[in-house]
Amino acid sequence: MSHFNIIGTWTLFQRESRRFLRVKMQTIVAPALTAILYLIVFRYAMGDRQVPSLDVDYFSFLIPGLMMMTMLQNAFANTSSSMVVGKIMNVHVFLLMSPISAGEAIFAFLAAAVLRALVVGSILLLVLLPFSELALTHVWMILFYGICGSLIMASLGLIGGMWSKTFDDMAMVNNFIIMPLTFLSGVFYSVTQLPPFWQAVNAWNPFFHLIDGFRHGFIGTGDSDPLQSMGAVAALTVVAVLSSWYLWRIGWKLKE
Amino acid sequence: MNALEIKNVSKVYANAKVALDNVSLDVPEGSFFALLGPNGAGKSTLINILADTVNASSGNVSLLGRNLFHERAWCKRRMGVVPQEIAFDPFFSPREILKFSRGMYGQKADDAWVDELLERLELSEHAHKITRQLSGGMRRRLLVAQALVHRPKLIILDEPTAGVDVELRKRLWDFMRELNAAGTTILLTTHYLEEAEELCDRVAIIDQGKVITSRPMKALLGEVASSSLCLSYDKPLQFSEEDKAVLTDFSPRVCDHQLCLTLHSQGKSLNFDAAYQAAMQRFGPPAGVEIRQEDLEDVFLRLTGDKI
Repeated sequence: MSHFNIIGTWTLFQRESRRFLRVKMQTIVAPALTAILYLIVFRYAMGDRQVPSLDVDYFSFLIPGLMMMTMLQNAFANTSSSMVVGKIMNVHVFLLMSPISAGEAIFAFLAAAVLRALVVGSILLLVLLPFSELALTHVWMILFYGICGSLIMASLGLIGGMWSKTFDDMAMVNNFIIMPLTFLSGVFYSVTQLPPFWQAVNAWNPFFHLIDGFRHGFIGTGDSDPLQSMGAVAALTVVAVLSSWYLWRIGWKLKE
Repeated sequence: MNALEIKNVSKVYANAKVALDNVSLDVPEGSFFALLGPNGAGKSTLINILADTVNASSGNVSLLGRNLFHERAWCKRRMGVVPQEIAFDPFFSPREILKFSRGMYGQKADDAWVDELLERLELSEHAHKITRQLSGGMRRRLLVAQALVHRPKLIILDEPTAGVDVELRKRLWDFMRELNAAGTTILLTTHYLEEAEELCDRVAIIDQGKVITSRPMKALLGEVASSSLCLSYDKPLQFSEEDKAVLTDFSPRVCDHQLCLTLHSQGKSLNFDAAYQAAMQRFGPPAGVEIRQEDLEDVFLRLTGDKI
């Protein structure tokens, strides 16, 4: 018998991916529709307006940011809703009882969340790409930020899910932490448009680095130093993943 | 070999409540073991420690010779637990739940076994429904199927028959008997003591986190349970001090028309004939005679001094 429970991990990954495929309307069709709405509002209302300080039109600037924001939210939703539903319906005991180690469980949960983020991101891109002059300038950068961002958010979703006792707790995490950080991260504007003080504050917002780096992969330029930002994102990914693994291992808020 | 060896396990919850106080129990391999106790005795805490949903404060457990706390994955693959609280994943159907459950225990798909379980637990018709549509009894049977789907060597059932009707309960127990006959060890908690008495060959009673007794069912009923000779008369009995003195060896109890004499209690046996003759001499021939044997429920109530 293998030292690792490979079948178990694969099964858990399938379970966590089927969960979002089962509610396709919310998880796949809704983001596509949202993309179309953005297209109508921003592409046609804003016209060919340019982003100050960057040599791109506003719509091309906006797409990667929206895409990343949607991916981050979906990665977070996949793990957090599974954890909260599991706790409320008491099904998380089956996971605790099964011979799946903390590492294996975290791996399966994060992989399914990253898959969801990539699926949703790709749908958005496929819908919007024909209407813009966007190019996939640095694919490796897009993938690096896309995957790291999804991993960070999926880990936070797991931790938030472990912490939450009710759907209300979860909504609180989402509305008071995740939403403000994503909105203030420069999805809709270049941070160089902000006063210096807020620029300095924003340098500490991880979402800013995720979105700026991801966008850099498309438009070939950004508001921050790519090397520094990639280092910070990689470090944050490791910290987030290890934290969720550690908390799972000790059964934080899961086991008495 | 013992399927389970529980050694000095204690559990103190965060609110300082002592749920288990130095519990030691051996569950022999192949036994059908009843773990009994009043509400709040610590049964579920013990089961949850075995299932890895609660951490023990101290002590040790070995499962089929391996340390449960150090070799969790090995042990979990050999153990199937039916939790007391009904829980189900609202996204999936019973068949999907069983398939996922088997996979999570690291085993390759086995549709024939899944079909058989659905059949035996009378869920075949509902195999494709979303679990939300199942009744309470069906959900509980699904929990049982889920605990069996990876073919464990030890099955732990925490009140599996609560809310399941009599007919189904009987069929469920028949199934458990078959599994037990095929070599599976079964550990069970239940509030239906007549079921435990009928099914189980070993019994442990715990109360307030402590083991009161743990022995073969026959030994418990043979040594601890008492039996009495009960004689009923046509008219109410007048029981004098003298009668009491003469019959004192039999710890007599009189209730209206009836006189009960203890024949066997705490390992002490008395002769039926002697008891009958003694009663005849005092009160004349009785209208009816009956031997009354304490059952598991009587013993349980006496030992725990509590309600079930």
